[in-house]
Amino acid sequence: MSDSPIAVEQHGPELLHHFVDTEQQRDAASLGMWLFLATEIMFFGGMFCAYLIYRYWYYNEFAAGSRSLDIWLGTVNTAVLICSSLTVALGVRAARMGKRKLLVILLLLTIVFGLAFLGIKGVEWYNKYTEHHIPGHSFNASDLEKPPYSRGGIDQQHEQIYFSLYFAMTGLHALHMIIGVGIFVFLTYCAWKGRYTPKYYTPIEMGGLYWHFVDIVWIYLFPLLYLIDRKPLR
Amino acid sequence: MATLAITAEREHYLNKEYGIRSWLLTTDHKRIALLYLISITFFFFVGGFFALLIRLELLTPAGDLVQADTYNKLFSMHGQVMIFFFLIPSIPAVLGNFLVPLMIGAKDLAFPRINLLSWYLYMIAGVIYVHCIVTGGVDTGWTFYTPFSTAFSNTRVIEAGIAIFIAGFSSILTGLNFVVTIHRMRAPGMTWSRLPLFIWAHYATSIIQLLGTPVLAITLLLVVFERAFNLGIFDPTRGGDPLLFQHLFWFYSHPAVYIMILPAMAVESEVVACFARKRIFGYNFVAMSSIAIAVFGFLVWAHHMFVAGISLYAALIFSILSYLVAVPSAIKVFNWTATMYKSSISFTTPMLYAFGFIGLFTMGGLTGLFLAALGIDVHVHDTYFIIAHFHYIMVGGAVMGYLGGLHFWWPKISGRMYPEGWGRLAALLVFVGFNLTFFPQFILGYMGMPRRYWQYPPEFQVLNVLSTAGSTILAVGYVLPMVYFLWSMRYGKIAEDNPWGAAGLEWKTSSPPPTFNFDEAPEVTWEAYNYEEIAAPAEVQVER
Amino acid sequence: MSEHIMSSKFYYTIWIALLCLTVITAAVSFVDLGPFNTVVALVIATFKALLVVLFFMHVKYTSEKLTKMVIVAAIFWLFLLLALSMADYTTRLLS
Repeated sequence: MSDSPIAVEQHGPELLHHFVDTEQQRDAASLGMWLFLATEIMFFGGMFCAYLIYRYWYYNEFAAGSRSLDIWLGTVNTAVLICSSLTVALGVRAARMGKRKLLVILLLLTIVFGLAFLGIKGVEWYNKYTEHHIPGHSFNASDLEKPPYSRGGIDQQHEQIYFSLYFAMTGLHALHMIIGVGIFVFLTYCAWKGRYTPKYYTPIEMGGLYWHFVDIVWIYLFPLLYLIDRKPLR
Repeated sequence: MATLAITAEREHYLNKEYGIRSWLLTTDHKRIALLYLISITFFFFVGGFFALLIRLELLTPAGDLVQADTYNKLFSMHGQVMIFFFLIPSIPAVLGNFLVPLMIGAKDLAFPRINLLSWYLYMIAGVIYVHCIVTGGVDTGWTFYTPFSTAFSNTRVIEAGIAIFIAGFSSILTGLNFVVTIHRMRAPGMTWSRLPLFIWAHYATSIIQLLGTPVLAITLLLVVFERAFNLGIFDPTRGGDPLLFQHLFWFYSHPAVYIMILPAMAVESEVVACFARKRIFGYNFVAMSSIAIAVFGFLVWAHHMFVAGISLYAALIFSILSYLVAVPSAIKVFNWTATMYKSSISFTTPMLYAFGFIGLFTMGGLTGLFLAALGIDVHVHDTYFIIAHFHYIMVGGAVMGYLGGLHFWWPKISGRMYPEGWGRLAALLVFVGFNLTFFPQFILGYMGMPRRYWQYPPEFQVLNVLSTAGSTILAVGYVLPMVYFLWSMRYGKIAEDNPWGAAGLEWKTSSPPPTFNFDEAPEVTWEAYNYEEIAAPAEVQVER
Repeated sequence: MSEHIMSSKFYYTIWIALLCLTVITAAVSFVDLGPFNTVVALVIATFKALLVVLFFMHVKYTSEKLTKMVIVAAIFWLFLLLALSMADYTTRLLS
């Protein structure tokens, strides 16, 4: 069935037939992406709930586990993600201004930052592996530094719950980063091909929203996992 | 007399393209709806098969048909298949997918390719689950309670968990598509207050799907991790809390029951308005009640945990909130009933299902109020009273809504009329069979028969036999429509655009609709349910 | 999106702010504030998140109210989960 004559006006191939105009298409994409991010908030939220409850129950073990993480690597990683958010935001801006080369460079930088984040995370996980802090049968957290003011010892099994959540939460976050990097590789290719113009750069915008969201998750994970109790020992 | 020749004259969504590829790679929401129809019907029979085995076992007090472990698998898989692979998708993925764009005057949903992806995710999940069934199944109860599911069960828990995880994403994407479509793709003049109540209810359903399902997803993921990597998150011997699992599980699974009932309420509004030939009484109240049900539905989940060990104060809070959630549902029932007051009612098959829905849903809902009372719940929790309660709503409510909707929109979907006499007979069989199956279960539960038990004391046998007898009648009632719907596709009377004289944009286009829904983009200048302007059909267009 | 294009300087400013807040939150964690360490850390994190949402994700400049409603709804729903669950855990020993 053909569209009414009005719809066959000046629009590129990116306008899908079931939309009336590009503005409707973009508004739909935007609402769709925000709703998807809302589902992601609830998805991560379930683990935040588990974290909240067990931190309430086993504060000593959570604090001790937190101290065993490398705060410098964590801080650097947070900074890396913040830099990647900058390049993403500047990239969307470049797309809007039609600056193709700049857009490609910024997208590539974003990917580099994303990979750097994953690399540092890999190092951190490897450290946990060598320290026997990965939950499972070789788990052994008797080397943990007891946080100041804590009474009693560190219960190994409760400690394992902290690390289970640590790996589950950072693991899920890393998975989202990997997917994000994959999306951005695709976006970079399309940008390089000249697919995006000031009139149509919706995929860049939507990819950007996703990336910023993954950054925000980390902005919360960092204090919750790394900064529970860093007070110096007396 | 009906021939195929007539449909060849005009191009519509069914004959536009032939061949398996045109179906498997379609982005037409109407074709995707039919793909879902076939898939969920398959799972309905799988789940129904498990139900029949359960009822056969329960004919006698002794456990003599299957072993205890097998019985555990039967009720677990009956529940999971029926909930995740039949009820949750049923009305939204079939009727919602088909009708939402039509009802708002759009050419398709906002994201047609995501719609197709949604079906493929559902199919992948289904294949994984079927594989799970044939390689040993699950015996944890449909609820996957820990630590049994994580530490002790010897069945395919991980596989079932993954399958339902994937099915959950199918559900999320459907909800996302509907919300965006309803916000962004309404035809000119289709304001929010002119929307059919079907759309309001599906909007509310989609909110629940979006906000609740992700929590189920993460919970199942944690169960899979715990089982695969021997963690201790839910293991009480290692400091974990089994109740944490239950909190996270029921945070989704309680709103899930509203995912299952709201769309049936959507159908109810459309059918009652049409066959009472009157605007739904209290349109604003019904619309707002849908939203209220979606919101309040998230506040009550721990009423499933009253005897599990939560604090008494939390139990009090959730009990009070559970009373609150009944209010919007009751408002809807009052409004449908008020619609029928002094109206002209025709007892067509969809209307018969609608009547059944009101009565049975009300009974299920009222027994829910009994259960919200802590004192009563302590007595009947984990008995057949609970089973009867939720089957009244899920089957007496949701399934009857689904069947009523299928019949009502069948002419639009297929271009054919189903045989009205057989339709009414099937509706009657379903109603009688249903009550015979499940009413005795209220009594059994009150008398103390526990659920999920494969044997029972002999004094419960008579009621169990009645229940099983009812289930066979119910089964016949369910098989009949399959048969005559298929029959009607070849031999049914050709349907006109609007055989029921119903209001709604979907009835203004041909039956079946063209691929892009409307020959000309509609512009809406009238209110919803403008039955005073629509001529009633001289006789209801039915095939005898 | 008809909002005007922000200058790159604007984004760099937000970026610097985010980096500073990161350093601050890490540094403050070494200071003994008693139970307020957690509060401060979460407040800073929320502030950082707001900077990203409002400025990098352009929510401050969008005319679309629905976007803000979606964000608020999602956060509120998460709080429902956390708050009502904690209603159980914090009152268990009282029963």
